[in-house]
Amino acid sequence: MAKVSLNVNGKARTLDVDPTTPLLYVLRNDLELNGPRFGCGLAQCGACTVIVDGKAVRSCVTPVRTMEKKAITTLEGLGTSAKPHPLQQAFIDEQAVQCGYCMNGILLNAKVLLDKNPSPTLDQIKEHMDPILCRCGTHPRIIKAIQRAATTMKPAKAKA
Amino acid sequence: MLKKSKKTNSGISRRELLQTTGALIVGFNILKPVATLAQQQEIPGIAGVPDGMASVPYGNPDYLDPSLLDSWLSVKPDGMITIGTGKVDIGTGIETAMGQIAAEELDVPFEKVHVVMGDTAKTVDQGRTAGSQTVARAGPQVRQAAAAARMELLKLASPKLGAPVDKLTVSDGVVSVIADASKKVTYGELIGGKQFNVKITANGIQGAMVVAPEVKAKNYKDYKVVGKSIRRVDIPAKLTGEFKFTSDVRVPGMLHGRVVRPRNVISGAPTVDDSSVSHIAGLVKVVREGTFVGVVAQTEWAAIQAAKALKVTWPEPEHKLPFTRDDVATYLSTQKSARDATGVNKGDVDANMTKGTRTFEATYHWPFQMHGMMGPCCSVADVRADGATVWTGAQGPFTTRDRIASLLKVPKRSVVVNFNESAGSYGRLTADDTAEDAAVLSRAVGKPVRVQWMREDEHVWSPKGPQQLQTAKAAVNADGKIIAWEYIDRGFPWSESQGTPQLAERQIGVKTKLLGNPNGANGGGETYDIDNQRVIGRTIPWPQDDPSPIRTCALRSPGEPPRVFASESFMDEIASGMGVDPVEYRLKHLKSKRVAELVEATAKKAGWTPRPSPAPETPGPIAKGRGIAVAQRIGTIIVAISEVEVEKATGKITVKKVTIGHDCGLIVNPDGLRGQLDGNVMQGISRVLMEEVVFDKSGAKSLDWVSHPVIRFKQVPEVDAVMINRPEFPASGAAEPSVVVIPASVANAVHDAIGVRMRHVPFTPQKVLSAMQQKLSAKA
Repeated sequence: MAKVSLNVNGKARTLDVDPTTPLLYVLRNDLELNGPRFGCGLAQCGACTVIVDGKAVRSCVTPVRTMEKKAITTLEGLGTSAKPHPLQQAFIDEQAVQCGYCMNGILLNAKVLLDKNPSPTLDQIKEHMDPILCRCGTHPRIIKAIQRAATTMKPAKAKA
Repeated sequence: MLKKSKKTNSGISRRELLQTTGALIVGFNILKPVATLAQQQEIPGIAGVPDGMASVPYGNPDYLDPSLLDSWLSVKPDGMITIGTGKVDIGTGIETAMGQIAAEELDVPFEKVHVVMGDTAKTVDQGRTAGSQTVARAGPQVRQAAAAARMELLKLASPKLGAPVDKLTVSDGVVSVIADASKKVTYGELIGGKQFNVKITANGIQGAMVVAPEVKAKNYKDYKVVGKSIRRVDIPAKLTGEFKFTSDVRVPGMLHGRVVRPRNVISGAPTVDDSSVSHIAGLVKVVREGTFVGVVAQTEWAAIQAAKALKVTWPEPEHKLPFTRDDVATYLSTQKSARDATGVNKGDVDANMTKGTRTFEATYHWPFQMHGMMGPCCSVADVRADGATVWTGAQGPFTTRDRIASLLKVPKRSVVVNFNESAGSYGRLTADDTAEDAAVLSRAVGKPVRVQWMREDEHVWSPKGPQQLQTAKAAVNADGKIIAWEYIDRGFPWSESQGTPQLAERQIGVKTKLLGNPNGANGGGETYDIDNQRVIGRTIPWPQDDPSPIRTCALRSPGEPPRVFASESFMDEIASGMGVDPVEYRLKHLKSKRVAELVEATAKKAGWTPRPSPAPETPGPIAKGRGIAVAQRIGTIIVAISEVEVEKATGKITVKKVTIGHDCGLIVNPDGLRGQLDGNVMQGISRVLMEEVVFDKSGAKSLDWVSHPVIRFKQVPEVDAVMINRPEFPASGAAEPSVVVIPASVANAVHDAIGVRMRHVPFTPQKVLSAMQQKLSAKA
């Protein structure tokens, strides 16, 4: 065990954990953040995604000690049911969820895409999202939701 | 506070009731009906069924009594209504649909209804959530219970408002006098926080239960909530991390467990070297029982590390059943059937098979496939001396409860199973493995234990959709009409999903004599009107005394994607052989106007232009084709038209567009249905193009998402749909029927494109290429 200091969703947290523990289990079990999910533990599906310094990171294979002094954003850092982030709102508007287990990875990877490319083409969306798995086959609506979010998230000036 | 009365509203005293039922139930209040959910806060002291109301549903006290209105719903003082259902939402939106059905009958806004699902102590057992039968079967049960509740509320309002029941109306949960709207009373004022204490009729059990037939439900013409695209209630929380999946359940003192299993058949107890994990901090125990091996630790990461590091030597696997795809196919075709299900048997098939001007014959092969839940199965079990509480994602919470009770040798009612949604399960959680794993581990350490399988556990050990084999024969007369049709499906029963002991129980020595339910028996061409037709589903025994990675259970629309793949490919082969357009040829054999209408509407939507298949050869690297498939499934009619491109040089198939036609009678939630269609299209394409569970004598080879690829974003086609709403017909299933037509529609489109008939699923590029080369060399 060792003290590890993390910055999660803008809050500083110091925890006493095995520093080799993948970030996923620390977020879920020590910080009780349910957004990041265990899907494969092999960095193959994306369900465990978090955003670290603006990049999508697979938390299931990322030792927690490597995350010190970095800004970690989990799904909880976006919005809430009462006050959803525009990206989350777009998914509500498109009803782009079935079982929802993959949604953490879908949303956070979509956010990374839209943050760097506010107007992605259909092919760019497919290309960017391809490594993220959804098993319910919600893909067509997920694509529509990302396209919708691209529109609603644009600053008012850019729209004109 | 509600006083316990000696008489029930129906006028039956406790003594009379007990005399009728012939049993005295002591301590029945272990099971608290959904009504108490609303009341626990407001009215301390009321626990369980009110005095005088105890009865014995299904002949034993382990179930909430469906003949008590309070078992179905309750009203809070603020007018909020809680509906209880033994059904569960596995990602298809039934929580919302059931809420709509209840709100409709109660005349309350949808937002006023809250649905509690799959709690074995608080909801009625309406059967497992399977077969797309929730809205179809449990829907009417909830509807009737809600209608009965509305009637009772009117009866309560009548003396208060000074008007007979038939002079009252309800709007938004407010009862008022039709002639004088100022005279009104709310549901909350009438009964909020109190129980109905009313008996209703409930005959039969589970899906076959008939509830309150004495009450007339609304005419569909008056529907305001049912038929609306109400947004799913679960979605916002699923987008924010607020939603509580089974894997998010945390209980005080909970430890973490993992199981250790090989990649091959388990033929005996392994040797386990405990010292191999003694270095792992936080390890609580290595648990061994029979051939079962698991670890329990303080933290999840310690449990994962311990399971990985634990040195376990398994005995040489004894393959009592075939363990390669080819051997399984031989076994399927040579073993005697244990049970034949006859889909259709009419006319004289054998005599007419020789009378045609042309005959057709073909064999089709479908591999073992897996559900591949995004999150491996997960459960928490708290086993105590007096029973257990289990949190799990089971599609049959009552089945899990009964298995855990049997495992722990305690009465059923001493085990309470709480459903929490898991990752979409598509039939996989009709077999609830982790509930048993967690119970065995919790019993061993005397603390609550959470178990989630690792990815490899799930890929290797989840029960699979069984391998299948179909043979089809037909004779066609000079008019081009099919005069004889024989279709035989051979498949395995579900070794795991009918309440049979699961992996852990098998491993600790529990035997099963159950054959398992057949893998369905529908989709062999019975949609067509053929005078002499025989459709048979043969069940080949698949005993699992030694647990095997190719154990079996229901996989989305059990057995039917394979069966319809075969029957609708075969129909296409005949149409092509006769040189007739595939839509026209099907219509020629369809007497049902409803089916024909959907075929025509879907063809129109897809812009189908009539011509025979295959399409004329075109130069260039890409061949294009379109294909149709039609089927019916428990009252639901589905049509798919797929448009594909085949890369001639590589054999790579890309599905460009799928148009789905869907008629499930009454549509409860059109947008919810539309979302399900997307999912079925995607899964259908994935299953026909790329999915196969691979194994050989050395063990399972499909271990993760790399060794077992599934469809991804780059392969998303355009999806269009025709949804015909027929509210005059009851709502039939909608979650899974549409997957059944996708594989055949793709197979037929591939044939249309390249003139090659693919009869072995999946259609990998190598297989397509090799089929194209065979065709070329046959020509030469």
